Amino acid sequence: MTKKLSLTARLTLLFVTGSSVVLLVLGWLIGSSIERHFEQQDRDALVGKLMLARHEIERVTSDQDLERLRAQLSDAVVGHQDLVMQVIGPRKDILLSSPDIEFPHDWLANVTTTPGNRLFVWSDGDRRYRGLAETIATGVATWPPLVVAVAVNIEHHQAFMKTFMQTLWLFVACAAAAAGLVGWFAATRGLAPLHAMRKRAASVTSHTLDQRLSADAVPPELADLATSLNEMLARLEDAFRRLSDFSSDLAHELRTPISNLMTQTQVSLSQERNAASYREILESNEEEFERLARMISDMLFLAKAENGLSMPSCEQVDLAREVRDLLEFYEALADEKNVSLQLIGGACVQGDRLMLRRALSNLVSNALRYTPQNGSVTVTVQQEKTQTTLSVTNHGETIPQQHLARLFERFYRADPSRQSISGEGTGLGLAITQAIAHAHRGRVLVTSAAGQTCFSILLPAGIQEHPQQTIRS
Amino acid sequence: MLGVWVKILIVEDELKTGDYLKQGLSEAGFVVDVARNGIDGLHLAQTGDYDLLVLDVMLPGLTGWQLLEILRHGGEDIPILFLTAKDEVEDRVRGLELGADDYLVKPFAFSELLARVRTLLRRGKGSIESTTIMRAADLELDLVRRRASRGGHRIDLTAKEFSLLELLIRRQGEVLPRSMIASQVWDMNFDSDTNVIEVAVRRLRSKIDDQFEPKLIRTIRGMGYVLEVPDRA
Repeated sequence: MTKKLSLTARLTLLFVTGSSVVLLVLGWLIGSSIERHFEQQDRDALVGKLMLARHEIERVTSDQDLERLRAQLSDAVVGHQDLVMQVIGPRKDILLSSPDIEFPHDWLANVTTTPGNRLFVWSDGDRRYRGLAETIATGVATWPPLVVAVAVNIEHHQAFMKTFMQTLWLFVACAAAAAGLVGWFAATRGLAPLHAMRKRAASVTSHTLDQRLSADAVPPELADLATSLNEMLARLEDAFRRLSDFSSDLAHELRTPISNLMTQTQVSLSQERNAASYREILESNEEEFERLARMISDMLFLAKAENGLSMPSCEQVDLAREVRDLLEFYEALADEKNVSLQLIGGACVQGDRLMLRRALSNLVSNALRYTPQNGSVTVTVQQEKTQTTLSVTNHGETIPQQHLARLFERFYRADPSRQSISGEGTGLGLAITQAIAHAHRGRVLVTSAAGQTCFSILLPAGIQEHPQQTIRS
Repeated sequence: MLGVWVKILIVEDELKTGDYLKQGLSEAGFVVDVARNGIDGLHLAQTGDYDLLVLDVMLPGLTGWQLLEILRHGGEDIPILFLTAKDEVEDRVRGLELGADDYLVKPFAFSELLARVRTLLRRGKGSIESTTIMRAADLELDLVRRRASRGGHRIDLTAKEFSLLELLIRRQGEVLPRSMIASQVWDMNFDSDTNVIEVAVRRLRSKIDDQFEPKLIRTIRGMGYVLEVPDRA
């Protein structure tokens, strides 16, 4: 596995390759069209000479005319430095030939009457020629046609092309380098916000989870990323805050009972007592221990429910039956306070029976605790199209608005003094109810007005689809 | 209650826990040995002819699971109650699958442990009482017609009160923890943060004890409730 190239390197490479290919293709196009242009020019010149030669040769009717022809054709090429000509006479003799030039024999041997469209290119020494040849009949019928070949020296074309190509290559190389530089610069500039984000992200620690990346200051392509990262940070911050709150709450909640136990034990050990008072102390300690144990198991249950770990079963639960069982359980307690319990409605949901029962039990016991003598607690089960609502309504003091939203928080007490007096409960009941509702993809609600308080659990109708799909960390 | 010399082996490496369990169970009338690690535990369990094993899961030498597996593999059908500090469903399921008979999650109430131990021992004996009438002093319970009377006087009880009284009278002399009462009578398998069991017992007591002597139902503070006929001595 090779290490992945950096984005900057990739972009630079892309720029260099792209611009080189474009320039090379362009260079090739220009070069070949110049080449074609030269060729056409040469052809025009050569065809012109051949026409001249034909014109003269067709008028030849005798050997004297041949002499005149030689002079005329020699004149025709004089002054054209690059132009050379060879004429092979009727007796296969060389009638005329430009000096210092050897026309290839193979070529001349195969020349036909039709003016060859095909240009012939050959080298003679370090010179290079492009030629055109044809056979032209004289006025003498018995003579075989003369072979006329004309050629131009294309050395200067080639020299030009060579320089041109050199210049082109140099230009391509320079342009590629320049493109690379521009590419590198653009990539670096373009990616600068990413680096800034990286730096920002690198600086986030558990102490600085409140930092956010500024989504406005980055290009739109990165804004989404920044937003997603910010959302992740927000979730982390929230989870982290809850976790640390949880630990400090826990420590705080444990401190009071442990301090009580310590003090009581130390005081009782400070002097001799009779068996009865030792017994009294132990019994009191036992109650406190039991509360601690319950708090711990509640906390564990809560932690598991909140992490979506405990959804052990998913079955059809008859809520009316569960509520009836619960009301039967709490009947004695309600009778004591002369509180009436009643159930209205009924529904079936998919879920964990024990967990739902526990959630409901917490609501009912909570309602009973705050219902005054001769009051009433009503459990309503209502099945609607999209959700099932379980409400526990009781008469009692209206809970002030500012407490309502926080009632489901762990250890939250609307009235801090009340809990310590009654000594009951762990302050986790409603939090557990909420966690159970969440584990069932539902939610909890509380309203309190005009001396009536109503806690509800709302369970979505379709929870049987994915009851287990909760966030796992 | 149960025959004399009921022998229990506790395998528990935590010193204090082991000592207190031993003390508690000894005082409840059992003969108790404690092993401090898995290997000693296995050796004792295989040679000591015990009636019940109380097994901690986290043990040095051999874990509780391994010990359990070896014993059951060797065809040992002694009742086993395991103690675990981890309240994971898989843990419990695993223990029960390996052949444990019951489990308790730490911290547990001692009365709960005692009640479970007695239940297991009774199951081991295979003696299911099939009586239709149960008595304690002059209290009489007709299990078929679900009627209670004391000293010949008919006592009106609700269905749940009858179930509660039946549980107490079936397990006369045993201290039943609140959690066990909630689970057996009302099928509520979690701790309620209310005193609902106290209230229920108080109401039952007012019906069967208040106007009669001797008082049969006693509250053992911090432990639970017991129905027993007081010694005349």
